[in-house]
Amino acid sequence: MESHSTYVPKSGFAKWFESRLPIAGLVHSSFIAFPVPRNLNYFWTFGAILMFMLVAQIVTGIVLVMHYTPEATKAFASVEHIMRDVNYGWLLRYLHANGASMFFIAVYIHIARGLYYGSYKAPREVLWILGVIIFLLMMATAFMGYVLPWGQMSFWGATVITNLFGAFPIIGEPIVTWLWGGYAVDNPTLNRFFSLHYLLPFMIAGVVILHVWALHHVGQNNPTGVEVKSVKKDTIPFTPYATVKDAFAVVCFFIFFAWFVFYIPNYLGHADNYIEANPAVTPAHIVPEWYFLPFYAILRAIPSKLGGVIAMFGSIAILAFLPWLDTSRVRSSTYRPLYKQFFWVFIVCVIGLGYLGGAPAEGGYVIAARILTAYYFAHFLIVLPLLGLFETPKPLPNSIAESVLENGHGGPALAAGATAAPDRKS
Amino acid sequence: MKKTTLLIAGALAAFLSAPLAALAAEGGATPPRQSWSFSGPFGTFDRAQLQRGFKVYKEVCASCHSLSMVSFRNLSQPGGPQFSRGQVEALAATYQITDGPNDSGEMFQRPGRPADKFPKAFPNENAARAANGGAYPPDFSVLAKARTYSRGFPWFILDAFTQYQEHGPDYITALLNGYVEPPPGVTLAPGQHYNLYMPGNAIAMAKPLSDGQVEYPKGPDGRAPVPETVAQYAKDVSAFMMWAAEPHMEARKQMGFKVIIFLIVFAGLLYFTKKKIWGRIGGDPVSAA
Repeated sequence: MESHSTYVPKSGFAKWFESRLPIAGLVHSSFIAFPVPRNLNYFWTFGAILMFMLVAQIVTGIVLVMHYTPEATKAFASVEHIMRDVNYGWLLRYLHANGASMFFIAVYIHIARGLYYGSYKAPREVLWILGVIIFLLMMATAFMGYVLPWGQMSFWGATVITNLFGAFPIIGEPIVTWLWGGYAVDNPTLNRFFSLHYLLPFMIAGVVILHVWALHHVGQNNPTGVEVKSVKKDTIPFTPYATVKDAFAVVCFFIFFAWFVFYIPNYLGHADNYIEANPAVTPAHIVPEWYFLPFYAILRAIPSKLGGVIAMFGSIAILAFLPWLDTSRVRSSTYRPLYKQFFWVFIVCVIGLGYLGGAPAEGGYVIAARILTAYYFAHFLIVLPLLGLFETPKPLPNSIAESVLENGHGGPALAAGATAAPDRKS
Repeated sequence: MKKTTLLIAGALAAFLSAPLAALAAEGGATPPRQSWSFSGPFGTFDRAQLQRGFKVYKEVCASCHSLSMVSFRNLSQPGGPQFSRGQVEALAATYQITDGPNDSGEMFQRPGRPADKFPKAFPNENAARAANGGAYPPDFSVLAKARTYSRGFPWFILDAFTQYQEHGPDYITALLNGYVEPPPGVTLAPGQHYNLYMPGNAIAMAKPLSDGQVEYPKGPDGRAPVPETVAQYAKDVSAFMMWAAEPHMEARKQMGFKVIIFLIVFAGLLYFTKKKIWGRIGGDPVSAA
């Protein structure tokens, strides 16, 4: 993404091509020479893991579409056809269904890493907001994908979630009818969800390109939160260092992924989705997929329907304002003793909301969900703005190199030739 | 400082786990765990059990419950009951399949072939309901995956590690054994039967199995190798239903073992490659720490 690439084309053809379309130089500066802070820990490998998951979902999805029938009376049977009669169809479907969950596990770790190390702070606000947009697109994609097998949870999940838009006064009902393509969730709904489920991953891929572009423009944050001061001392070239570390992490993640696909493929799903959709029978508990449960809990915690819908969308939208809600000038929790504790309380709060999202909406569960919902918003609207004013951060290291040396892992200085200058002012 | 975090987390956990007992109470009783040949990472179906289970299905369940997504040929495929091709052809021929239209535009009946799917027990849902007092006997094709019971915290988390995935067959076995006299004071609606494990304890299906009802193949000594009892029928038909719901389970688990071994070796190689490369700059400050 940089104009001053260090890439030097060698062959005659490469020179001819590079002078016409400098794509090899772009790849070289983005994935080979790109300077990476030398102190990144394994939480920084989740970007690469997410890239692989996106590609894996698109590839398995495209093959599944070759065998799937998006028609309300045939969809359920066509999924079973994939499971039974398509060669390795069971593998494709379980990879795709569990892949969605793996995608969310990875993205939640990726987001939590950003929260912990303050990766959203200047100059990375746009990078962070692009990430929030990707997260929203992922949620929409996953929701519509879950509708496609046309099981009971598919159907009733779609009914509950699309009905939410009916909460808006005046425009609500026309919006719901428009989303459904009729007066109930039916074949037109399935068809448009199928169409959008195919489209959105490519939109995600587009925003991911912007996300990576923004990342490569401002450079990566790191566990100290201290900006790169000297490219020579503080960074190492992406290839081979980050490449091989990412590859190792991706393969480790795939072991985890394989455990689910091959041994417990239905663990993260819901048994009711193996019952074909039936508009006449409502399941006892309508529960979304696990990755939506915290937000589902927030939705149900608010007594008014419109309020619940606003709170649920607000709980995600508020992330986009995080760079300005957090008033501390220190990025990393390592040097923020109070924030570090509030971070973990926040994580426990979200897990608690997730648990409550899966529980029936009655009695003590509702009260608990209300308390945790209030805390969720208080974390962003009260705790973070005030912490920056009252917290005394620990002294920061002068540079990334210094923090590495403090840990007793100095090593010889890098040969700087392989490291390109990042496109930043320092 | 750390203590505060722990305290808050602990308080939250206690607060959250309190209403759990309420959740467990609303379903039926918790089904007892059975031991299944197909559980765990190396699990395989017991061919003889699947064949017996199919016999129970065919002679008892099939009059009401369809198996519409399973083909006759599946019965001879690897990883299933593995009847011989001849047995499957003979079995299929005993069914009448509606085919057509023929050259004169008429639908016609013909004997089944291995490629045919099991014909439905009823032409449609309304016919099934009319014949069963308003209840719709569910299709068996994926039923073992469509039934489960709540494991509760912390068991549902441990299940991911122990690979306990047999909630469906455990529930079905328990249900088939769960017909008892209703406790005093419980009155059931007409056409309902009391069952310990059915959520709400009222089930439209009458007790379907009784001891000695299905004759099992005899061993060389002239006696069936397993008892001809409700408990045994229930287990055998549950195992058969699990296979019907997941006919490629054996292939899946066997491939999984190879894939995971490959990935572990690959990860090991990458780890040492990474260590060597990072050695050039004095090691990875994180992984070395």
